[in-house]
Amino acid sequence: MAALEINNVCKDFGSEQVLRDVSLAIDSGEFLILVGPSGCGKSTLMNAIAGLEPVTSGEIRIAGEDVTWQTPAERDIAMVFQSYALYPSMTVRQNISFGLEMRKVPRAEREAAVERVADLLQISHLLERKPSQLSGGQRQRVAMGRALAREPKVYLFDEPLSNLDAKLRVDMRTEIKKLHQRLGTTIVYVTHDQIEAMTLADCIAVMRDGRILQLGTPDEVYNDPVDLFVAGFMGSPSMNFISATLVGESGTYRLRVETPGEEMLELPWPRERETPALAGKVGERVILGLRPEHFSEDDDRLREHAEGVLLTPRISVVEPTGADILLQLKLGEDEATARVGPKCPVKAGERLALRIDMGRAVLFDRETERRLA
Amino acid sequence: MDNVIRRRTLGARLGRAMLYAVLLLAALFYLLPLAVMLITSVKPLAEISPGTLLSLPREPTLAPWAKAWGEACTGMRCEGVGVYFFNSIAIVVPAVLISTIIGALNGYALTKWRFKGSELVFALMLFGCFIPFQVVLLPMAQTLGWLGLSSSRAGLVLVHVVFGIAFTTLFFRNFYVAVPTELVSAAKLDGAGFFRIFWRILLPVSAPIIVVSVIWQFTQIWNDFLFGVAFSAHNTQPVTVALNNLVNTSTGVREYNVDMAAAMIAALPTLIVYVLAGKYFVRGLTAGSVKG
Amino acid sequence: MSLSRSVAPLAAGAASRRSHSGRLQAWLPKLVLAPSIAISLLFVYGFMLWTFILSLTNSRMLPSYEFVGFAQYARLMANDRWWVASTNLVVFGGLFVAICLALGLLLAILLDQRIRQEGALRTIYLYPMALSFIVTGVVWKWLLNPGLGIQAMVRSWGFENFRFDWLVNPDTAVYTLVIAAVWQASGFVMALFLAGLRGIDDSILKAAQLDGASLPRIYWRVVIPCLRPVVFSAVMILSHIAIKSFDLVVALTGGGPGYASDLPATFMYAHAFTRAQIGLGSASAMLMLGGVLAILIPYLYSELRNRRHG
Repeated sequence: MAALEINNVCKDFGSEQVLRDVSLAIDSGEFLILVGPSGCGKSTLMNAIAGLEPVTSGEIRIAGEDVTWQTPAERDIAMVFQSYALYPSMTVRQNISFGLEMRKVPRAEREAAVERVADLLQISHLLERKPSQLSGGQRQRVAMGRALAREPKVYLFDEPLSNLDAKLRVDMRTEIKKLHQRLGTTIVYVTHDQIEAMTLADCIAVMRDGRILQLGTPDEVYNDPVDLFVAGFMGSPSMNFISATLVGESGTYRLRVETPGEEMLELPWPRERETPALAGKVGERVILGLRPEHFSEDDDRLREHAEGVLLTPRISVVEPTGADILLQLKLGEDEATARVGPKCPVKAGERLALRIDMGRAVLFDRETERRLA
Repeated sequence: MDNVIRRRTLGARLGRAMLYAVLLLAALFYLLPLAVMLITSVKPLAEISPGTLLSLPREPTLAPWAKAWGEACTGMRCEGVGVYFFNSIAIVVPAVLISTIIGALNGYALTKWRFKGSELVFALMLFGCFIPFQVVLLPMAQTLGWLGLSSSRAGLVLVHVVFGIAFTTLFFRNFYVAVPTELVSAAKLDGAGFFRIFWRILLPVSAPIIVVSVIWQFTQIWNDFLFGVAFSAHNTQPVTVALNNLVNTSTGVREYNVDMAAAMIAALPTLIVYVLAGKYFVRGLTAGSVKG
Repeated sequence: MSLSRSVAPLAAGAASRRSHSGRLQAWLPKLVLAPSIAISLLFVYGFMLWTFILSLTNSRMLPSYEFVGFAQYARLMANDRWWVASTNLVVFGGLFVAICLALGLLLAILLDQRIRQEGALRTIYLYPMALSFIVTGVVWKWLLNPGLGIQAMVRSWGFENFRFDWLVNPDTAVYTLVIAAVWQASGFVMALFLAGLRGIDDSILKAAQLDGASLPRIYWRVVIPCLRPVVFSAVMILSHIAIKSFDLVVALTGGGPGYASDLPATFMYAHAFTRAQIGLGSASAMLMLGGVLAILIPYLYSELRNRRHG
């Protein structure tokens, strides 16, 4: 039985459709991440699950029970808000136990629950403080503590880390992952940060304009995007989109990339990645998607074993990040970014031999922006 | 204009002196009436005519205060403004409390439980802040008659509540708009209902706006004259009406010292509140007129 | 927002599918607001309508409902005392607003120069606003009394020919209202402007100084234009005070000498409550409402437009 099931949910604000026919289901203990640009409807969907906003049509089920018309209190869910929403007049202890008090849990049990989550989150020394006396990171922990104290059926996290500074955000991300692994809770987590999505999720739903474009594991969403938007949204630096012409026929499909002032380039399309859709597109312009890490520095010692296509473009910008180096180059009419090892000796303006791993490339239709192969 | 290097020239110093001179002169203008009122109120009647406004009393006396409080004539009766002072208190206290409570609940419902048309409801109620009360006087008089509240303190309480909730609602609405709605969402998820959220979450953070609302309503109702004169009888008059009657009673010798003492008595409660909580008073006055 | 027809049945179905407590929660806010809405509809809008109806009747001592059309308005237009009251309102209101703005702005700018004891001065400037207009009227009546007030005091200093008898002169009595009202309200305008000045972004002033502008120039060209919304609000509040002015006239001049310093508010009260002219009084009240709306509507319009743009 699914812990959370959303069936054909639509939500209109006046004439504006914020959610359009959204359906998904997650199992108990799963970590679902809703990701997408701002205004894509992910927060509205979160609020609909919480019961804070009524849906226009459709159905929401928690643990098999239809909760579409239940109040937030009746649904047995807990939420961690972006702004933490700690009750300013209450101490940390009161904040954590408020939900239990509202549910008429006996005092002794409430105390035990507070101690339990305070231990878990290492906030025992903060229990008597008011939220205004806490740092951002501490508030974040208290907000999680408040959710954890109740042991509800589903946890909702609404961009919980976006108000933290960069270092703390990474630490808390790890901590949330640990908590999830340890407690096996069912979590729906909204973020616009695709790295958070990749690192935390069992399952990612990429949303845009009120629709779920793709629902899958982080690996599927990253390596097998259904369309141009998902491909571009996930990954940083984002995927390179190169205009190319599809030539040849089944077994010998090639992508012709013409760079002004350079030799024409023909990239062979691997036979095992062929799809029937390609046959109809021969001779037409398509979009080739290559992630920066699909490029690699050509290494003399490995040349015999090396796969992929060799090219020697002129490098326009060299951006060392420490862990690796990002190179800007021109591929066809488009700018592309390549990621190479930190020791690569190339300078801006020089040419560098690079290999492209076509075995992981993807191909999109120019008009519909859907995946071709 | 802080933190700017400026040369301290002679001209600059002269300008500075001028600045203080103008400010002090203005202060005198505002203080003069209060000073005159105070000085006159402790002068024996015999010193008033020969002296001038600012000549200090040679034999200061509190007799005018005692007379104003206990025996001065307001119209036909001669029992001072003391009784009317207590009338005002009896009207002000319930009217302030009731209108503040209603305003707080209204502001809460309008901001944290928005529904279709809630903005319209607010606009509808807000308009009550702006009407000239002359336009409701006659129907109000008749309605109070029907309710059996003519010329009663309860009637005046009702009138002040009715026309006060527009202001208190405005205060609380503008305050609660700035309180994050996520607090209410969190409390809903925690299982709290409408009144519980108000009582446990909103009210504990409302102290500043409660003070603003109470002070505003207090000064407005205490200082009211129009409703007081229109809807009260001689035994239910508020102190402002009694003061006006006292000053305009034309029997016998004009006792200006008693007039001034009575004016001081009528002014003291609001003045004291102003001195003690001036910050909140200003905030009430500027609520809604300056952004933020 | 319009509820489309296809959605309506679903919404109705939704209500019935909710649990008991859910339905109650959905209704509670409306239930809490209901008394206030009813009060507002009845005591504000209903009474306005009622007064309007009374203004169309020939009610005198008691309300009667014999309709006479707009005859009361015609009588009002032909009434000399009404014209005096209306003219007085224009003179009083215009001077009151203008002087309050000028004085308030001046004091606010002066106070904004890092003044020692700023808090004390601000308190002194503002305290009259805490007083009742009746108290203000009583005090100024005493100050402006020619025989015992300021005129007598200045004469006792040796200026035997000093005259300051505006209070008893029909041509000047209305100006005494201006003096007292300015005394009471200008400190408030100062507070508004001071809040506005403190709200101006410091970096704008720094930029202007780096551009080499002198201090008066900075105020004239940069600061005062930033205060436009405050001026707007202040004008609106002050004119509102002016139109409603009733207590001050009653306590300071009693509308006199004769009816020389009457304002519409005192005119209305006198006719409706003491001269048994309810119909005429109602008509004058409606015209006062019209005056308020004439100020209010442009104000609200621009506020709403700004909010939409902002």
